[in-house]
Amino acid sequence: MLKRVLLGLVLACGLTAPALAQEPKTGGVINAVIQPEPPGLMLAMIQNGPTQMVSGNIFEGLLRYSPKLEPLPELAESWSVSEDAKTYTFKLRKGVTWHDGKPFTAADVLFSIEMLKQTHARARNNLAQVDKVEAPDDYTVVFTLKQPFGPFLGIFEVGSMPMVPKHLYEGTDWKTNAYNNAPVGTGPFMFKEWQKGSFIRLVKNPNYYEKGKPYIDEIYWQIIPDAAARSVAYETGKVDVLPGGSVENFDVPRLSKLKDTCVSGAGWEFFSPLAWLWLNNRQGPLADKRVRQAIMYAIDRDFAKDVIWNGLGKVATGPSASTIKYYTGDVPKYPYDPAKAKALLKEAGYKGEKIRLLPLAYGETWQRWGEAVKQNLMDVGMNIETIATDVAGGNQKIGDWDYDIAFTYLYQYGDPALGVGRNYVSSAIAKGQVFNNVEGYSNPEIDKLFADGAVATPDSKRKEIYEKAQKILVEDVPVAWMLELQFPTIMRCKVKNLITTGIGVNDGFKDAWLDK
Amino acid sequence: MLSFVAQRIVKGVIVLLAIVVLNFFLIRLAPGDPAAVMAGEAGASDQVFVQQLREKFGLDKPLPEQLFIYVKGIVTLDLGFSFRQQAPVAKLIGERLPATLLLTLTAFAISLILGVLFGTFAARFAGTFLDTAITVFALIFYAMPIFWVALMGILLFSVTMDWLPSFGYETVGANLTGLAHAVDVGAHLIMPAMTLGLFFMATYTRMTRASMLEVKRLDFVKTARAKGLSDAVIQRRHVLRNALLPVVTLAGVHAGTLIGGAVITETVFAWPGIGRLMYDALLQRDYNLLLGVFVTCSIMVLIFNLITDLVYRLVDPRIEFAS
Repeated sequence: MLKRVLLGLVLACGLTAPALAQEPKTGGVINAVIQPEPPGLMLAMIQNGPTQMVSGNIFEGLLRYSPKLEPLPELAESWSVSEDAKTYTFKLRKGVTWHDGKPFTAADVLFSIEMLKQTHARARNNLAQVDKVEAPDDYTVVFTLKQPFGPFLGIFEVGSMPMVPKHLYEGTDWKTNAYNNAPVGTGPFMFKEWQKGSFIRLVKNPNYYEKGKPYIDEIYWQIIPDAAARSVAYETGKVDVLPGGSVENFDVPRLSKLKDTCVSGAGWEFFSPLAWLWLNNRQGPLADKRVRQAIMYAIDRDFAKDVIWNGLGKVATGPSASTIKYYTGDVPKYPYDPAKAKALLKEAGYKGEKIRLLPLAYGETWQRWGEAVKQNLMDVGMNIETIATDVAGGNQKIGDWDYDIAFTYLYQYGDPALGVGRNYVSSAIAKGQVFNNVEGYSNPEIDKLFADGAVATPDSKRKEIYEKAQKILVEDVPVAWMLELQFPTIMRCKVKNLITTGIGVNDGFKDAWLDK
Repeated sequence: MLSFVAQRIVKGVIVLLAIVVLNFFLIRLAPGDPAAVMAGEAGASDQVFVQQLREKFGLDKPLPEQLFIYVKGIVTLDLGFSFRQQAPVAKLIGERLPATLLLTLTAFAISLILGVLFGTFAARFAGTFLDTAITVFALIFYAMPIFWVALMGILLFSVTMDWLPSFGYETVGANLTGLAHAVDVGAHLIMPAMTLGLFFMATYTRMTRASMLEVKRLDFVKTARAKGLSDAVIQRRHVLRNALLPVVTLAGVHAGTLIGGAVITETVFAWPGIGRLMYDALLQRDYNLLLGVFVTCSIMVLIFNLITDLVYRLVDPRIEFAS
């Protein structure tokens, strides 16, 4: 019955092969920047970016993913899928212990799943297709799905489904559990110290199951709230690693040219951050498809990439980033063409009605981008009013549909069923929540395509479905896609193998070493 | 004196309660709540999930009930629990308060000592080049935004000269103890304390100068001079002492506001103080933590006001406690 056996170990060996060219050295300390300071480190309960970046070293998932998004073993050493694609059997690695010495077993997996359903909104969505989870023995976990779910093997990385120690959380009040602030995981590094506002210190896990790893003795995550001060900290040698997004974009070219500095754009393949403008399809001029298309023609996205983002990233062609599965570039194109934008606006009967634009309060780059888009839209005769908010205020307005155009960027999690469909299907229209279908786009054909795509087999069928969906969406312009963002990691060249998977620095530093 | 202090404490508690109630409602006027922020961070949300979070945080209860629970907590010295940071608010504030006190009190001392000193010299040599030079020097630091002075300081003393550390409270990972640790913290303290201190120094310089020039014209100074007292004694014992009252008033106001007002300095220099804690709490709509910081700052303001009143008495014995 279990015919399609995937031995991820083989893939893992293939992935790390280049690293073997140079023998890793052990020892040393990595100083990295973390921004902003994470509110907590309990990954099962807090899912913001900084938490995952630090806690990706402490906790682990059942799988990790290669830059091509193939599953790799982590706490599960192998897995198999039944012929009807409804039963997934994971064989857990033996000899894994939590940082307090207790063994990691299938009971922990079962407990984690139950806990995550209550504390982790994305895991809860991802697990919606799961009918039951069983543990026939201590080292086997069997997931039975209600129906085939194409992206199922893509939901097990540490940020999406971190494993939690059952013996420390079961029967406790999770939200006030003392281990939230001194987390215990199975990862390559153990939590040691957190001086709030200053640094978080992780130390090597001497009992890590991959013998010889991790190579680094300690990691200091330094908390430096000001972007200019973070640049200076790198320049003056106080930190070795600036993870993507740590410094303002205009500082990236300057820092990249510093002596002994290496830059990598890798490690974002799983997340594939895509920036777009929410367009409120419900009301006013934006309810007309021609006005939305005019917006696509009116905005100079190459300018945004070359000037505002200093040449980093790629102009988006549609709802899927080019790095995720089933992407197609064979869709209608919207080059910068103000004349065409004006013609479309005229055809739609736009008469200068006021349109509210919400920029994203994520710092200078986003502020400038907001100004550039406003300028582009005003150039074709649109009456734009900028509404300034902070992040929480902006989210509230977007969730309440109280906007016309709003900036955002979201992760795509490798598969259209996980990170794309949620923004376009009509079942994801729900007032009061952000990051779903807040634009109010509703198209029964799209609903059906995404519903079919999630459960279709084989892969070629899914590809066909998602390519069709992309073409329809790009024609309809429910939102205005801007850029596939790139957040380069800047580091000293002596830091080797920092990024080895498609999850990048969020996947922990277990392969990293220092060439002293 | 004791009854005076007791009276002020009772008044202070009433003021504090009023502050708590006002801030409780003000915070909730801002759009967005902690549940929405957390659900947003997860990159996905559904109504049931957000509702569950609101219930956990007690945000589903009517506002008056939430206020009652909070005030009840305050009365029993419980500042509540930060659901964002998963720790008691008092603990979070306690971790940050020493750093803020170190920074603000040092900055306060720098501004007061230099301000009074420069103000005295400016008054003594009023109309001369020295007076103009002091005034210009003080006003330059007053006119420049704090973040700019901070960044220029970092550029000059950290990047170019490599004399002082550019960020933090201590050298991370150095594990220094005793005197070595104190020296290390001191080195980290110089730039933020000077940045903050020089800004406030200008006010004291100007205030001292103006006040001294006014007092100098009064009859009792003439009398002192007629008695044959030396100029130094007249300036120090008669003019300065009498001119200090408005300076003390201003210092009292500043000392309180400095506690919560060092957000920019703490941010640029990555100083782990309460100002940044407050800023982060605001962005994350961490209601309990934000209110906790407000309460702490208010208590500080009340304490400094009390100290100011006591210092008045020392500076000018004519002022009675009863008044």
